[in-house]
Parts: sequence; structure tokens; C-alpha cells
Amino acid sequence: MLEKGRRTLSRIGHNFIEGVWRVGAMTRFFFLVLAASGTSLQRFRLVMREVYFTGVLSLIIIVVSGLFVGMVLGLQGFETLQTYGAQESVGVLVALSLLRELGPVVAALLFASRAGSAITAEIGLMKATEQLTAMDMMAVSPMSRVIAPRFWAGVLSMPLLAAMFSAMGVFGGFLVGVVILGVDNGTFWSQMQAAVDFRYDVVNGVIKSFVFGIAVTIIATFEGYDAPPTAEGVSGATTRTVVSSALTILALDLVLTALMMRGGQ
Amino acid sequence: MERTTIDLWFGTFVLAGFAALLVLALKVGNLGSDRVSATYRVEARFENIGALKVRAPVRSSGVLVGRVAEIRFDTERYQASVVLALDSRYGFPKDTSASILTSGLLGEQYVGLDAGGDEKKLADGDRITLTQSAMVLERLIGQFLFSKAQEDGAKK
Repeated sequence: MLEKGRRTLSRIGHNFIEGVWRVGAMTRFFFLVLAASGTSLQRFRLVMREVYFTGVLSLIIIVVSGLFVGMVLGLQGFETLQTYGAQESVGVLVALSLLRELGPVVAALLFASRAGSAITAEIGLMKATEQLTAMDMMAVSPMSRVIAPRFWAGVLSMPLLAAMFSAMGVFGGFLVGVVILGVDNGTFWSQMQAAVDFRYDVVNGVIKSFVFGIAVTIIATFEGYDAPPTAEGVSGATTRTVVSSALTILALDLVLTALMMRGGQ
Repeated sequence: MERTTIDLWFGTFVLAGFAALLVLALKVGNLGSDRVSATYRVEARFENIGALKVRAPVRSSGVLVGRVAEIRFDTERYQASVVLALDSRYGFPKDTSASILTSGLLGEQYVGLDAGGDEKKLADGDRITLTQSAMVLERLIGQFLFSKAQEDGAKK
């Protein structure tokens, strides 16, 4: 009993220290990537290739889920607002929830599971098959040739994907609200335009998705780079990427929202 | 420079992203028509502004004519100083009065402008002197109770 308790306690302690180590190592990794970014800016073709794999190939899932999320928001909002006779405000509800929260957060979660996991698996496998070591032997830095382009591609794609998600969501809300449920077209847009502020809602959403983009790609590249060079290690790292990206996105979202809402407006 | 399919996809992706941003800014955020029109700023002092916030609407006869640009506390007069940014398409007489109203029973507070009869128009930097503060529920109830007690006292 006592022995079991002690073992549990020591495992908790070990996991905690492991977590702290990871945070520290990831921060150092982040600065290493920034320092190694020169090549990817000079040879922008490398970044563009990665934008194709992380951004362009995520387009379908982002656009389709944005449309569905917007349509669901429209339906749910209409149902609830109808109780108060305020169904014209459904546009406001859809636009504000997408721009402020759902757009950046859901797009980042999708991005983490669609592109983040792929980045981790790719880099992990490159490490397992000693491709990274081979590059080092040829005096090609894997940091600037493999990691940095993927990082910048993610940072570049994330705000654009989130914007497309929000735009598709608003369109979905429009489809359900105006086309199907018969909210007046003019009221729908004018109420939305009166409630949405460019600086406060649109720009803050872009800032959020930018931060999420940095977080997700750093986690994904770090987990790949740090993965034990075995099949099991790569699969564990891929899982960790998705789990810790999701948690990081939600925690960062809380912090960012708290910072942005501080004006009390 | 040789062209590849990646270039085409990259261009499409970036263009689609910026198009989405543009739609959000112009169609959803109404950046176009809201900001282009020039404004002039007038000041109004209130005893109490209630829950009025920066960016709250300024309406006259129910039409949106501007927004609250700034709220300060004036330490010389111990009053709230509210700066209104009014759309320069709409001119108002000098003796216009401003009051803080509530849209709906529990809705947001806004500034209502009632035009006066003066020949001269309000210009940038002017001050609206006729103001009416926000209704504060506690004070209203207090006044009601006070007058009730007075009535009861007079009856006895």
C-alpha cells in the first residue's frame, strides 16, 4: 500500500518535471528556430512548398467545417433569439462568435490535427531514418532546411485559414438565417455591421490566430525533432502534438481574451 | 524564372486568405462606410453617465449620427466629460441638447441628441451645454420612497 502510494507520487513528480523540462526545451527550440530562419527567408521556395502541404491541403477541411459551424450557429441562434423576438440579431451572434472565438480557435484545432500531426510525423520519421543526421553530415543544418520553413509556413497559413473559416461561417449563418429561415437580408447585414468593430473584433481575431499558429507549429516541430527514433516514439510524439496543441490553444485563448477584454467594452 | 504548380497553389491560397480578410473587414466589420465619412467632435458634460461606454451610438430621432469617442472624468468640475464624434454629414444647432438614454428595457445606453432652434451650427470642439444624465435606478427608487414618505407624513 505504502509502496504503491510512493510509486504513484514519484510518477506524478516525474511527469511534472518532464513537463517543466519540455516547456524550457521548447522555448529554447523556439529561439533556435528564429535564429535559423535566415535560409527560409532567402530561399522562400522552401516555405512556399510547406505552405502547400500545411495550408493549401487544409483548405477543404477548414472551409467545410467553417460552413457547417456557421450554419449550426445560425440555427441555434435563431431558435434561442426567437424566444425574445430578436431573430434579426442572428447575424450579430454568428459574426461575433466566429470572429472573436470560434474562427481562430476551431481553425487552430483543425490545423493542429490536420497539419500539426503531419509535421510531427514527418520530422519524427526523418529523425528515425537518420535523414536529419545525414543532413548534418553534409553540413546542411536541419534546423534551417527542415524545421524553420515548416514553422514559417504554419505561422503564415494560420491567420489566413482562420479568416477563411470565419468568412465561410458568416456565409453559412447567412444561408441558414436569410435563405432558409427568412430573416430579412438588410437587417441581417446592418445589425451585424453595427455590432462588429474592425479593430476590436476582426483585428483581435487575426492576432489570436497568429499566436495560435506560432504555438501549434512550434509544438509540432519540437515534438517531431524530439521524438524517440522508433515507430512507437513517432506515434507517441504525434499524439502529444495534437493533445498539447489543443490544450495550449485553449489556454492561450483564455489569456488572450482576458487581455483583449480588459477595457471592459 | 521557372514556374511550378506550387507557386500557383501558394498564390491561390494567399489570395483566398486575403479575400476572406477583406470580406470580414468590409462586409462584416463595415470598415468601408463607417470610417470613411469624416467626423467632428463635440464635448458634453454629464452629472452621471450610468453605464455609457466608448463606441456607444449617438442617435438623433433614432438615426445613428455618431459614436462616443472618449469618456473622461473632469476633476475641476467633478463631472463626466463625454466626447462625441458626429458624422459631418449631419449638422446640429448650437443649442442641441444631449441626454443619455437606454434602448429597450435592459438594452445598451446611448446618447440621444435633440436639435434646438439656433441658427448657428455646432462645430468641431464645441460643447453641448444642455445635458441630461442617465437614469440611475437606485436614485429613482430612493426619490420615490422619499416622496411616498412625505405624502404619508402630510396625511397624518
